[in-house]
Amino acid sequence: MTQTTAAQDVVLRLTGITKRFGKLTANDDIGFALARGEVLALLGENGAGKTTLMNILFGHYTADAGTVEIFGETLPPGAPGAALKAGVGMVHQHFTLAENLSVTENIVLGTQSLWRAGLGRAAARDRIAALSRDFGLAVDPDARVRSLSVGERQRVEILKALYRDARILILDEPTAVLTPQEADALFDTLRRATAQGLSVIFISHKLHEVMAISQRVIVLRHGRVAGEVATADTDRHKLAEMMVGAEVALPHPGLGTPGEVLMELRGVSLPAQGRRSGLAGIDLALRAGQITGIAGVSGNGQSALADVIGGVTAPAGGALVVAGAEVTEWSPRAALDAGVGRIPEDRHATGSIADFTLTENAVLEAYATGQFSRRGWMDWRAARAHAAAIITTYDVRCPGPEARIRLLSGGNMQKLILGRALEAAPRIILANQPVRGLDIGALTYVQERLIAARDAGAAVLLISEDLDEVLALSDVIHVMSAGRLSPAFPRGSMTPARLGAWMAGQGFTDAA
Amino acid sequence: MEIIDILISGSFWAAVLRIASPLIFATMGELICERAGVLNLGIEGIMVIGAFAGWMAVYSGMGLWPGVMVAMAAGMLFGLLHATLTVPLGLSQHVVGLGVTLLATSAAYYAYRLALPQVSSPPRIEPFQPVDIPVLSDLPFLGEALFSQTPLTYLALITAGVVALVLYRTPLGLALRAAGENPAAVEAQGLSVTAIRMGAVIVGSGLMAVGGAFLTMSAFSSFFFEMVNGRGWICIALVVFGAWRPGKAVLGAILFAAFDALQIRMQQTPLGALVPYQVFLMVPYVLSILALVLMSRRAEVPAALMVPYNRGER
Repeated sequence: MTQTTAAQDVVLRLTGITKRFGKLTANDDIGFALARGEVLALLGENGAGKTTLMNILFGHYTADAGTVEIFGETLPPGAPGAALKAGVGMVHQHFTLAENLSVTENIVLGTQSLWRAGLGRAAARDRIAALSRDFGLAVDPDARVRSLSVGERQRVEILKALYRDARILILDEPTAVLTPQEADALFDTLRRATAQGLSVIFISHKLHEVMAISQRVIVLRHGRVAGEVATADTDRHKLAEMMVGAEVALPHPGLGTPGEVLMELRGVSLPAQGRRSGLAGIDLALRAGQITGIAGVSGNGQSALADVIGGVTAPAGGALVVAGAEVTEWSPRAALDAGVGRIPEDRHATGSIADFTLTENAVLEAYATGQFSRRGWMDWRAARAHAAAIITTYDVRCPGPEARIRLLSGGNMQKLILGRALEAAPRIILANQPVRGLDIGALTYVQERLIAARDAGAAVLLISEDLDEVLALSDVIHVMSAGRLSPAFPRGSMTPARLGAWMAGQGFTDAA
Repeated sequence: MEIIDILISGSFWAAVLRIASPLIFATMGELICERAGVLNLGIEGIMVIGAFAGWMAVYSGMGLWPGVMVAMAAGMLFGLLHATLTVPLGLSQHVVGLGVTLLATSAAYYAYRLALPQVSSPPRIEPFQPVDIPVLSDLPFLGEALFSQTPLTYLALITAGVVALVLYRTPLGLALRAAGENPAAVEAQGLSVTAIRMGAVIVGSGLMAVGGAFLTMSAFSSFFFEMVNGRGWICIALVVFGAWRPGKAVLGAILFAAFDALQIRMQQTPLGALVPYQVFLMVPYVLSILALVLMSRRAEVPAALMVPYNRGER
C-alpha cells in the first residue's frame, strides 16, 4: 500500500523504529506511513509493542534506532511535546483530564503562555463550540469534567487535540470504555475528521471495529510488523490469524446440562445510588451446569446485581436464596463461604491490590482460612505454592510469584484473578465483564475456562456489554434495562436485533 | 451582653484583622502549594525563619520593606529545599515537611543565639505603624476596623485577592490547579509538572515567611522563641476549612481571629473571673475544630495532593 500513497500525501512516516528493554525487543524495525485523510488501524495483542511505539512517537522513550517524520520534518528523539507541536494529538486510554476543571479549562490548558494575564475564556469557548459542531462532539464547554460521563470525557480529549490544530489523531483503544452507541458516535466523528483532511491512527484489538472504521490495517506481533493490508481486502478471521500468528477459533460451546438451582433472587430490589442504577424487583435463578448471560448497556443495574450476588451489598427488598435456604446475613465473606467465586468488573480497583505481590493477591480471599494461616500466623510457604500453581495452571506470564501485580498486563492479571476464583472450586461463578480489554489470546482462554467450569457443574453468571459474547456463550440470556431484568431466553431463541429492543427498554411490563 | 458590646466595637474588628493577617499570608502560601499537589508541613518552621529573618534584617539596620523581602527570600530558600526533596526526588511530603519545620526552627534559634549571645531579653525594633487611609478611615466603625491598619495587613488582603485572581483567571493558575488534580493532564499538554510544582512550593513558602515576619515586624516588634506557636498548623487546617479556595480560606482566617480576639476580651469580663483563663484560650481551637467538621465535608480535595509525579509511570 505504501507505494500507492504518493509522497506528498504522507503526513507521518516511521522508519526502522527499534527499541530494546534489556533482553526484550519491544519494537523491532517497525516502519509504516500514514496518508492524509485515512484511518489506519494499528492492530495487535497486548504486549505486541503498540504502546511502546506511541511512547517513542511522543518522545517519552528514545528509540535505539529509527526516525519519526511528521510532515516531512524529522522529530528530535526523546523530546516530549515535539510531536504535540508538530500537530499530533493523542487520546490515551486513561484520560488525561483534570476533574476539578471545566471542559474549556482542560482544553486551553497549556495552549497559551503561562505568563499571560487572562484566560480569554470567551474566545476559547466560541472556538470549542465551533469545533464541537463541525466534528459532532456534543459537550457542554462550561461543565466540570467531574460531572461528565466516560463518553463525554473522551470527546473532551478529542477536542483538546483539535483545539491545538492537530492534523493527526492517535486513539489508543478508544472504544474500550464506550457503549455501542457512543462508539458509533465516535466513528461518525472520525469520519468527519478524515473528510476534513485529518489522519487517524486507530489502535485497537477489536476486530469488528477495525473492519468498520479503517481503510488500512497494520498488524503488530511480538514487536514486528506482521502484516499490512487494505481493510477491503481482508476479513476478521484473517486479521485474527495475523495477530496471533495461528488460526484462532473463538469458543462456540454446545449447550450445558442444567441441574438444580444453586442461587435464586426473588423480587430483589436495591435503591439507586447517585448515578448508579439500582435494582427493581429482580427474579433470577442460577442453575448448576448452566451459563446465564446478562446482556445490556452498562449502567443499567449490572453492577448492583453483581454486588448483590458477590455479597458486597445485601438486597434491600426481596429474598436471596442460596442452596435452598433464604440468607439473612449477606456479606462478601458469606458469599465466599457459600461458594461464590468472583471475577470483578474492574480488576484494578476491586480485583487486585496493585502494589501487592502475586502471592499476596492470590490469597486475598482465603488468607484467613486454615489453608494459608495457622493460629493467626500466615503460612507463606503454602501461599507461594498456591500462587505458583495458579501461575502454571493458568499460564500467567510474570516474573514470578514475588512480583508486584502492577507489572502484569491486563490479560495476565485477569488470568491470576480467574485462577484465584476457580481454584477455590466455586459452585457459583460471578463473571462480571470477564474479558473487557483483553486481547484475543487471553479472551479465548478466559472464556474456555468458564465453559469448563460450567461443564464441571458450576453455575456461571456472565455479565457482559459485548452482545456477541453473551450470545455465543450463554445457555440462557436475560437483558437488563433501567434496573429491570427480562425473562430468561434460551440460546438461539433471540436475534441480536430483538435483544437490542429489550436493551432499549421495550418489552418490560412493569414501569420502573 | 458584653459579647454584643464587644462585637459592635470597631477596635475589636481592627484587632481581628490584625490577628488574621499572618494567618492569611501563610494560608495563601499553603493553599498555593496544596493546589499544585504538594502538602507543605514546613509551614510552621518557615514562619519561624520568616519572623526571625525579617526582624534580624531590620535590627541590623535595614529598612522595614527590605526586611520583608529578606524574610520572603529566607522562606523561599527553605521552600526550594522542600520542593527539591518532594518534587523531583518524590520523597514523602509528610516527612520532608516535618523535617523542614524542625530544621528551619532550629536554624532560626541557632542564628539568634549566634547573633545575640549575651542578650537576656530580645531587643525591640521600630515596627510598621498603622496607616490611616485618607477619607475611608474617617468612616464610622468601618474606618476604625478596616482602614487604620499597618501596611502588612493591607498587603495580606491584597495578596489573597491576587492569589484568587491568578488561580482562577490566568493560564498559570489553570496549570497550577491541574497539576494538583491530574499531573498527567499537565504533562500531556506539554507543560512541566516539576517546574509548576516547584514554583508553587517556593512562592508559597515565601508567603508563609512573610506571615511569620508580620509577627515580629507588625505585631510584637521583637523575636521570641515559640512566638509562631502553632499558627502554621492552624493555617493547614484553614486551607481545608476553606475547601482549597482562597476566599473561603480568608473567611476562615478571620473567623478564627475573631474567636481569638473574643476570648481575650471575654477574660476581662465578670465571666472571666469565674472561669479559668485556660478555658478561654481553648475556645478558638475548639470552635475551629467544630467549624472544620461542618465545613469540610463536601470539600473537593485536590486529587493528586501528596502524590509524587513520576513521568512515564502509570
